[in-house]
Order: sequence, then structure tokens, then C-alpha cells
Amino acid sequence: MTSTRTRLTVTAVAALVLGGVAVGYTALSAQPRGGAPTGSVTGPKIQVLSNGVLSTVSRTDPSGPRELTDQRCDRAYAAGGTISCLRPAGALKAGELAVLDSGLNVVKTVPLTGFPNRTRVSASGRMVGWTLFVDGHSYAANGFSTSTGILDVRTGTVVPSLEEFTVVGEAGADRNFWGVTFTSDDNRFYATMSTGGHRYLVEGDFAARTLKPLVDNVECPSLSPDGTRIAYKAAVNGDPQQGWRVSVMDLATRSITPLAENRSVDDQPAWLDGSTVAYGMQRPDGTNDVWSVPADGTGTPAVLIPEANSPAPL
Amino acid sequence: MYLSTIDRPKTAGWKGLSGTVFALGAVSLVTDVSSEMVTAVLPLYLVIGLQLSPAAYGVVDGLYTGATTILRLVGGYLADRTTKRKAVAGFGYGLSAVAKLGLLVAGTSTALLGAVITADRAGKGLRTAPRDALITLSTPEKDLGRAFGVHRAMDGVGAFLGPLVALAVLAAAGNSFDSVFVTSFCIAAMGVVVLVVFVRDHRAPVPAKPVRPSAAFGLLRDARVRRVVLAASVLGLATIGDGFVYLLLQKRENLAVGWFPLLAVGTSLVYLLLAAPLGALADRVGRLPVMLGGYACLAAAYLLVFGPLGGWPLVVVVVLLYGVFYAATDGVLMALAGPLLPESLRTTGIALIQTGQALAYLGSSVLFGLAWQFWGPETATRAAAIGVAVALLATFSLLSPSNLLGRRS
Repeated sequence: MTSTRTRLTVTAVAALVLGGVAVGYTALSAQPRGGAPTGSVTGPKIQVLSNGVLSTVSRTDPSGPRELTDQRCDRAYAAGGTISCLRPAGALKAGELAVLDSGLNVVKTVPLTGFPNRTRVSASGRMVGWTLFVDGHSYAANGFSTSTGILDVRTGTVVPSLEEFTVVGEAGADRNFWGVTFTSDDNRFYATMSTGGHRYLVEGDFAARTLKPLVDNVECPSLSPDGTRIAYKAAVNGDPQQGWRVSVMDLATRSITPLAENRSVDDQPAWLDGSTVAYGMQRPDGTNDVWSVPADGTGTPAVLIPEANSPAPL
Repeated sequence: MYLSTIDRPKTAGWKGLSGTVFALGAVSLVTDVSSEMVTAVLPLYLVIGLQLSPAAYGVVDGLYTGATTILRLVGGYLADRTTKRKAVAGFGYGLSAVAKLGLLVAGTSTALLGAVITADRAGKGLRTAPRDALITLSTPEKDLGRAFGVHRAMDGVGAFLGPLVALAVLAAAGNSFDSVFVTSFCIAAMGVVVLVVFVRDHRAPVPAKPVRPSAAFGLLRDARVRRVVLAASVLGLATIGDGFVYLLLQKRENLAVGWFPLLAVGTSLVYLLLAAPLGALADRVGRLPVMLGGYACLAAAYLLVFGPLGGWPLVVVVVLLYGVFYAATDGVLMALAGPLLPESLRTTGIALIQTGQALAYLGSSVLFGLAWQFWGPETATRAAAIGVAVALLATFSLLSPSNLLGRRS
């Protein structure tokens, strides 16, 4: 057999080589890569996340320089002077919802367990909704369930989970909620409720703590600024496995307009104004871009803000 | 290597442990750092990094369940047939190491990710039984509890360190998951090097008549082997996932959700501290009493979830009981079973026991899920405690020395 000395030498050499590879690769990854040019932004802005950093770009030059902050979020949204930021969960640390004012001061934090998925702020900045993927609700059955909560910033009321609300005329036990969007009265909201293999648009009443199912096959609703339409993702043929089509539904007539984006979009759309919808799309290498498309089904989708996600008009 | 045991035929104590046990412990430590690194960041990577939808995540996650149990038997049988236990274990360790690189290549393809994760689990399935067989074959029978205790403690250290290393790499690399996978691969490769260089294979001459599949199944004709497999399965059936219990604790105590992962960390800390001492205790007072004591702790933990204690004492006591449960049962069962298995079929036998336990465990999770749904968590955990008590009695009657050792040849 080989001598102890040979063994130790072999081990030491292997440790040096493998350690070198690991350290070298990690050090190279730490170098900042390309990215959009940074600079100060004036005039109307859009808030985005650039590589997880809260930042703003100009409405008129969205692919131009962006202003970075020192805040890191996994998902973010802003409206009415309130910024909601879902902080990343780490391997040993839980995430949180951080509510910031427009000066980036933390107003309130809510500790959360799970992986940030969606967040929205009501137009006035008073209500904040969030959705997380939560693992571990059942052991043998795989897959994620979601956990959706709402914070009233003014009163400090926190509803950790919409499961606490009463669903009108619905007896199913296993319900999941996601993708909240608020109306202008800061009380009613829309969201997705999944039960029995269907994903319904539900209308919620925060004060009454009720939820009312409205229409099937509506996910991640986003209410238009005038409150008459929702942009959402509609599962193709009602089957999420076939992908989603960004669509707009008129709430009064329930008429549906599929938008010109014919790729599958897995994001909660955001209204940039009354006629344009923005959403994140992922490149094959994992980089996200913010795309936009007219809300009336015409036109063609185009990259609005490269290397960014979580768009919110300010 | 066995001189000390010949000198002192009773027990050689800690000195009776051969270099192979420590070498295998070191391999497990290093490998567990690597695999727990990935386990800690994988959900994060899939959902945040790749933005997989929950449905796609479910597909990836569900692929490997059960895939490893059958491979365990295949690995065990191959190791016995060729008597190349080290080679089979090494292949398993190597496969898992390469799978870490596969994560880099798979990108966002759900199918590729599923294949890579399955390969990783397959590697684990292949290596476990040959490794445990090598431990039993390179340790005097009287010191097996200690040997497994030391091995499992080292293993536990790796599992404890893994998430911390992953965190450190993520911090150093500016949140690049790639670096975690590359580092994990390098650490896993180091584990393979340590295995190749320091672990001595225990190779009996290849039997003139190679081990046949029928002989492997013939193991079950041996009443003692049958009893151990049965007991392991019964005990597996009585064990519900600790995730369930942590979840109930969190709900009952309204634990700040940030503490949730720490319950598992606390349990593994207790486990790694107690594995070796409890292994030694098992050698002294008997493996069956220590193992049954471990399951008694488990039953106590189930009862406490809806018991009189509350607040922090409850959390601390449950975590402690869980740690003792793992430390008193995981390696001790192998130490108890090893000597009952003929040397030529040691790996197959160990694989058989582990497979029985794993399949039963899968079944118990489903059963507990149903009980939870129909009876509510309170009744379900109490039923689970009763299940453990019944399993304890069954195990005692199956494995009590008068029934087991009395008939030894």
C-alpha cells in the first residue's frame, strides 16, 4: 500500500487544487458584471429592481442610466409614497416585508417565512399586500403552497394570511391565495384564489374580512389606474402547464382581451398608465427584462427596461 | 489494525475504532457540507434564481422521491457480489459530486434539473449501504455503537456546517448561486479523494459462487434478519416527518417565523453532540434499550406538542428530545443489525433494512397527512404517539435478546 506520506501529499495537492478552483470561481463571481449604466434620474420615474437592488429609471428614457439605492429586495412595488420591499430569505435567515417611505426610511417590517413572490401597494400608499411561496405545509405531498397577507400601514393592522377571511358561498377546505391588487377605496381588493384545481378571481373586503369568487382562470390580477379593468395572466386552455397569456378583462362586461404578447408570462402585470402594461420576462440565462405591451391587444411587446424586474410607476 | 481488540477481548473502547471509521466519518463530514450547502439554497435557487413557478418546482421536487430506495438495494447487492464496497460507495459519492456541476449546466430546464437532482439522490442511495457495511466490517462487534456514533457525529458536523458555508459563499460571491454549486462540487470531490486515499476496503475473497439475487432475498428467510427488517419498518411507520412537528410547534407557539429553520439546526446540534456518547452507551448497556429509549423520546415529543408545557421550555424540550431520538436510533440500529448479517451479504442486508425503514417512513407521512386532515393535528399527533408506543412494544418483542441473540449460531 502507499505510504502515509504519499497519501497526505495526494490529499494536500487535491485540497489546494479544489480549494483554488472554489475560491477563484467565487472571487470571479463577486466582480460586478456589466449591468446598466448608473446615474441620477430626474422627472417621472419607474421603480425597478436591478440585480435585486432597488433603483429607478426615467419614464422617458427607461433603458438609460439608473439610480441605485442601498436597499436590496427580491420583489418590490411602490405607490403613493410607500415602497414595499420583500427582503430575500437566506439559508439561515428568514425574509421580511420592509415598508419604506419615499425617502427610503423603514416605516415598518413584518417578519415572513417563505420565498417572495408578489407584492403590491394601494394607490394611496396605505395598503400593502404580499405573497410568498411557503414550503413545509405538508410533508409527503410535494410542492409549494402560497401565503398571502395584507398590511394596513396607517392602522398597523396585519392580516398574515387571507386564509383567515371568510369565502362567500365556498366550502372547499384547501385554498391558496396569491397576487393582491387594491382598489382606490383602500378597503376592497382583488386576488387569486386557488381551490379544487381552479384559480378564481376573488374580490376581497378588508374591513368585512370576506372574499367573493368572481371568475375562473384569473391569476395575479392588477387593477388599472381607472379601476375598470384588470390585467392578469390567464392559463392557456385553463391549464397552467401550458403557460400563461397576459390578458385584460373589463370588470363590468367581463370581456377578455388577450394582449399582443404571445409568450408565456409568469408575472403579475403592472400598469404603467391607463394604456400600457409591463411585466418581467426571463432570458434563457436567467436575466430578467421588463417588457411592455399596449393594454388594448394591439401593437407588439418590447423590452422597456433591460436587466430589471418588479416595475412600478412612481 | 485489530490488535487492540485481541489484546483486550472485552471492549477496546474508543481505541477500538479503526482508521477506516474515522476516514469514513471524514468523508461523510466533507460530503455533507457539500450536499447540505446545496439543500439549503436549492429552493431559493429554483424559486428566486430561476423563477420556477410552484407547479414546475413541484415537478422537480417530486421526481426523486422514492428513486433512491430501490437504488439502495441495487448498490448493496452490487457491493456484495463484487465485494468492492469501497468502489460502489465511491461511485455513489462521485455521482453526487458531478451532479453539483450538473446544476450549473441544467439552467432553467425543469427536465434537466430533475435529472440532475435525481442523479444526486441516486448517488446517496448507492453509497449509504456500502459505507455502513464497511463500518461494521472494520470494527469489532462490541464497539459498533461507538463506531456508528462517531461516524454519525462527524456526519452531523458536516450537515451543521453546510448551510453556514453556503451562506458564506453567497455573501462572498455577491449572491451568485453558481459559486455555491462550484464550491459544493469542489468540496464533494475532496470527499471522494479522502475516500480513495484513506478508506481501506474490506475485501473478502470473491466467493467461488458469486452472490445471487436469490441469496439476497434468501436473507429474509433468516428469522433474525426478518425480525430486524420488520422492526425497522415498524419504527419507520411510527415516525412522522419532523417538519410536521416543527410546523405544529411554530403554529402553537406563534414562533417568530425566523426561528423556524433554527429548530432543525438545534436538533442537529443535539444530534451531533450526543451521537458518539449514546453509541458508547449502547455498547455498554445494550443497543436495544438505547434505541427504544430514543423512540420513547420521540413519543414524548409527539405528546408534548399538544401537552401541558408551553412557551420556550416546550420548544427547547422538543428540540432536545428530537436530537436525542436521532442520536439514540440512527447509528444504533445499524450497530444492532450489522452483526446479525452474514459478512458476504452485509451490504445487501443493510440496504434491505434501510429500504424497509425508508419506504415505511414514506407511508407514515402519507398516513399522518390523512390523519391530520380528518382528525385535526391534536388527535393526529396523539395517535402518532400511540403508534410509536405500539412500535416500541413490537420492536421489543421482535428484537429482545432472548428472541434474537439466544438463537445465534
